[in-house]
Amino acid sequence: MATYILRRLLLSIPVLFGILFATFALARLIPGDPCRAMLGEKATKVVCDEFNHRHGLDRPIPIQFGVYVNEIAHGDFGNSFRYSKPITELLMERLPTTLELSISALLISIFIGIPLGVIAAVRHNSWVDVITMMWANVGVSMPVFWLGLMLAYIFALALKDTFFQLPPSGRLSPGIITVPFFETWAMQLSEDSFAFTIFDFVSRMNIPNAILSGNGELLKDAVTHLILPAFALSTIPTALIARMTRSAMLEVLGQDYIRTARAKGLVRRAVIMKHAFRNALLPLATVIGLSLGGLLGGAVLTETVFNLSGVGRILYDGITARDYGIIQGFTVVIAIFFVALNLIVDISYAYLDPRIRLN
Amino acid sequence: MTTQTASPLKLDTEGLSLDSVSLWQITRRRLFRRKSSLLGMIILAILIVIALTAQWIAPYDPILSMLDANPPQDIGKRSSPCIHALGCAVDQPQHIMGTDGNIRDEFSRMVYGARLSLLIGISTVTFAIIIGTVLGALGGYFGGWIDNIIMRVMDVLLAFPSLLLAIAIVTVIGPGLINALIAIGIVSIPAYARVVRGSVLSIREMDFVSASRALGGNTYDILFRRILPNALTPLIVQGTLGIASAILDAAALSFLGLGAQPPTPEWGSMLGAERNQVFTAPHLVFYPGLAIMLTVLAFNLLGDGLRDALDPRLAHMS
Repeated sequence: MATYILRRLLLSIPVLFGILFATFALARLIPGDPCRAMLGEKATKVVCDEFNHRHGLDRPIPIQFGVYVNEIAHGDFGNSFRYSKPITELLMERLPTTLELSISALLISIFIGIPLGVIAAVRHNSWVDVITMMWANVGVSMPVFWLGLMLAYIFALALKDTFFQLPPSGRLSPGIITVPFFETWAMQLSEDSFAFTIFDFVSRMNIPNAILSGNGELLKDAVTHLILPAFALSTIPTALIARMTRSAMLEVLGQDYIRTARAKGLVRRAVIMKHAFRNALLPLATVIGLSLGGLLGGAVLTETVFNLSGVGRILYDGITARDYGIIQGFTVVIAIFFVALNLIVDISYAYLDPRIRLN
Repeated sequence: MTTQTASPLKLDTEGLSLDSVSLWQITRRRLFRRKSSLLGMIILAILIVIALTAQWIAPYDPILSMLDANPPQDIGKRSSPCIHALGCAVDQPQHIMGTDGNIRDEFSRMVYGARLSLLIGISTVTFAIIIGTVLGALGGYFGGWIDNIIMRVMDVLLAFPSLLLAIAIVTVIGPGLINALIAIGIVSIPAYARVVRGSVLSIREMDFVSASRALGGNTYDILFRRILPNALTPLIVQGTLGIASAILDAAALSFLGLGAQPPTPEWGSMLGAERNQVFTAPHLVFYPGLAIMLTVLAFNLLGDGLRDALDPRLAHMS
């Protein structure tokens, strides 16, 4: 197993280097002058020269790349010209929103997708199966941005003044004040400490912060704001997970050992859950892992529709404002995250199925 | 399930004789028998008819405002749908999907949008298939460093969530429909390269390839005439499903303002342009989104049907 992990890690190195090269090249190839994009069309040559010098943009391209790789290796993803802040700082501010949204969407898709897939497989060819699969087909074909807008229309306007009314955008209602949970606990933390960084990051996610600080009103408000975007974002992964669970279950249910389990008189539930479902989990690991990566892409659209200030939204804003720092920094972080996710999926797959690591 | 292969009559699962029936005929038969793929084909057929006859179906010009129409119409911005048969006053001009923010007939724009949507899906996938096939075939056939370089580049492309990479590429080459198509095409290449490489890897070891080589066939001939035609099946399935995701991604890019630019009647950009009016004119958001969903659904259903129909476990019976 250790050899397998090491081999997979080594294989990731050229990919990581390729990602760094690609993001560096992309940011340099963007048409337009970053100085004029940041400081306005009327910026004089002297001002621009100073700007380029300050951000190292006047140095030769290979040197810029060398500096870039060196900085990344030290955990420095550069600075945003627009916000005049380090990317890592922006990431720490924006990532919690995206993470909260993506994890909620993933949880929804797991809790809906897996049971639906199992039921559809167990009741193969029944009306439950047909409806589930039709719905799954519609789900994978759904434009997330359209579903988001339609959900906002239905729940914020059509169902206004009913029990089902939900807010159409934002993370919290105006007037709701959030206090980091560690402050309500009266913890004394130095701003430079590692614990502060972690606690600050967690406290930026409204739901965990509300739970940890025992603020019921904040929790309710945060959940009601999160339902629509999380549900919209979860549609495609839910459908994919339901389809994958169904096909994996169908394959397992046709195996001889399932017949043996039934023949020896095991109750139906035990056969399905203990014998079949556990083995059907294998391909699910891949789908769930990759769905989380796909959710990050979907987050750009969902965050735009629901006006959430997360990673997807800042990346889009960075692109429209030609903020090299943001484009480069965030793209590279997302890609590295994606590679790490693939690595974890592969390793968990090898752990679950010994045949893979032995090959 | 496959016990019928032993039967002297050679019957397929539906009990039909397979004598002198080609794989494509069996595929077609299976496709038509499957309700979901039939539904996909029906939706697609309707879309193709609409796309081909857009100029006759659309009652108005898709780009011209009603104020500039001949004769000009006195109608407001974003007016609700008006269908005479459903009780809308006869003295009102009929706009079955209402008008948009620039007082254009929404239905006419929707109809022309079908043409663009199909073109987008097919052109990007064709682009990606051609490049992906050549790369995958070269990598799979030659192996070694060629394969390593090609597949590592594909790994890098796959390391980005596809929509984000497409957004990044469009930023570099500039917003616009053609550039969005190129971006989506580039992002889709790895999927085809991988599929073709996998097929070529398994087929190149087969006896008929060795025979071709022994007979003195040149590399080009063996690769493109002997191996690739046998690797087509997974490519067709991947291509059909790929059209679905290409249409979805193109609509997303246009929605974000990076794809088709106004006044092009493209569903994603129509939806994006009116997204802030969802509470006041929901029909302008509803129809384009529904059309995108139905088109994507049609290709997904057809792709799934093709995959099952071309499944080698069933196909070997022929």
